[in-house]
Amino acid sequence: MPIFGQQISINNDLVPDWTREEVSTGTTIMAVEYDGGVVIGADSRTTTGAYIANRVTDKLTRVHDKIYCCRSGSAADTQAIAEVVSYQLGFHSIELDEPPLVETAANLFRASCYRYREELMAGILVAGWDRRKGGQVYCVPIGGMLVRQPVAVGGSGSTYVYGFMDSNYKPGLNKDQCLELAASALSLAMERDGSSGGVIRLATISEEGVERRVILGNQLPKFSTH
Amino acid sequence: MALSTILETPGAGFNFDNAERNAALEGLFEGGQTPKPLKTGTTIAGVVFKDGVVLGADTRATSSDVVADKMCAKIHYISPNIYCCGAGTAADTEKTTDLLSSNLSIFSLNSGRNPRMVMAVNILQDMLYRYHGQIGANLILGGVDCTGNHLYTVGPYGSVNKVPYLAMGSGDLAALGILEDGFKHDLELEKAKELVQAAIHAGIMSDLGSGNNIDICVITKEGVDYIRPYQESEYKDDRKMKYKYRPGTTAVLTEKVVPLNLEVVQETVQKMETV
Repeated sequence: MPIFGQQISINNDLVPDWTREEVSTGTTIMAVEYDGGVVIGADSRTTTGAYIANRVTDKLTRVHDKIYCCRSGSAADTQAIAEVVSYQLGFHSIELDEPPLVETAANLFRASCYRYREELMAGILVAGWDRRKGGQVYCVPIGGMLVRQPVAVGGSGSTYVYGFMDSNYKPGLNKDQCLELAASALSLAMERDGSSGGVIRLATISEEGVERRVILGNQLPKFSTH
Repeated sequence: MALSTILETPGAGFNFDNAERNAALEGLFEGGQTPKPLKTGTTIAGVVFKDGVVLGADTRATSSDVVADKMCAKIHYISPNIYCCGAGTAADTEKTTDLLSSNLSIFSLNSGRNPRMVMAVNILQDMLYRYHGQIGANLILGGVDCTGNHLYTVGPYGSVNKVPYLAMGSGDLAALGILEDGFKHDLELEKAKELVQAAIHAGIMSDLGSGNNIDICVITKEGVDYIRPYQESEYKDDRKMKYKYRPGTTAVLTEKVVPLNLEVVQETVQKMETV
């Protein structure tokens, strides 16, 4: 077959990253339980290779009124899973005629993530409030495991803050202490992880409802090595 | 593999049998002579302003190192209130936007409503996610509907981002620099057009794959203003596209008329059937 001229190979530098890399939410996400609710938080950076595709991403996705998920991994996969679960939960809740349990939501995530574990790349934290068990955090990492934890971190930046979390989390923290803990942990992770950055998005979920806030780049908690 | 003598209707949808073959071939030929899809190096941008959305694009389509089309249209019509800029594989962006446009037309005719942006975005996201990145379309969708002015980007793997300003394509880094510097919320129309034009211009100047003219598309509640071209490149060529000459351009030197005497040999009449 005649080939006219050269075709630019995808290995050539002239062809930009975003054409061949998948969009990833290389990320830091975390969720903490407190008595009466949960605090969830995430950074806001979405990358395609070395390019930041969106610097103000919202990774805290609502799946029901008082159940949110924090997304990490492939942006497309996590958006798709969250939509599927959101639909399933909505349907389930209408059938039951009462708000769904956080454990139900977490199991729905786990069902999708485990069944399609070979095709998907998704690490999700499910957190929310229900009447039966109050504030709960469930971790559904890549591969489709499901485990409930009082505090969980996820994403590429989480590795930098395991030590911080282990030493600074104590059971029995109140809402404001949890918010401060989350903001500090996310700030530390964003400082060290190249795939995390932007602004910090936080939310508290409790019986009263959902309260969202944003900490802008210049208002991030500072630490002595910064 | 069926014999060529047996007629087989092709299955619906895409057939990825060749993807494995291509991957194997690429291994055999180091340096790869397997065919690569045509990508149009591009700069496209979009900005949400006070009364609507402004989309902009360059007009160069390249076939490796040669400019294949100097006046390529990269801003595609989706519906009367939604337009879409496409970067990535040229065929994929064309066909995807055509498919979306047809589906939304059918919806409009069935329901009597103008389609909403979220509907277009959801259809695109579903389709691109289903094909797992095999459709190389990076799209910027801009439009105005009853819920407001919106700008979305959809990636080839099916990820969606909703943003107030955006640039895509091989010239996106240059364009984004201009947008990051100049964007404010609730810009006026003229300022928004200038900003988008400056962004595309930066892409054209800094990227080999982008160039020629700039197209701008302004979408507002009142309607759409598709300005093509908004700004023409200074490097225009003088070639005439049509080579028709008026009678008399060439002087007539001699004229010789020879009448042909024809004899009627046979005459037949065929009646036309009338009802």
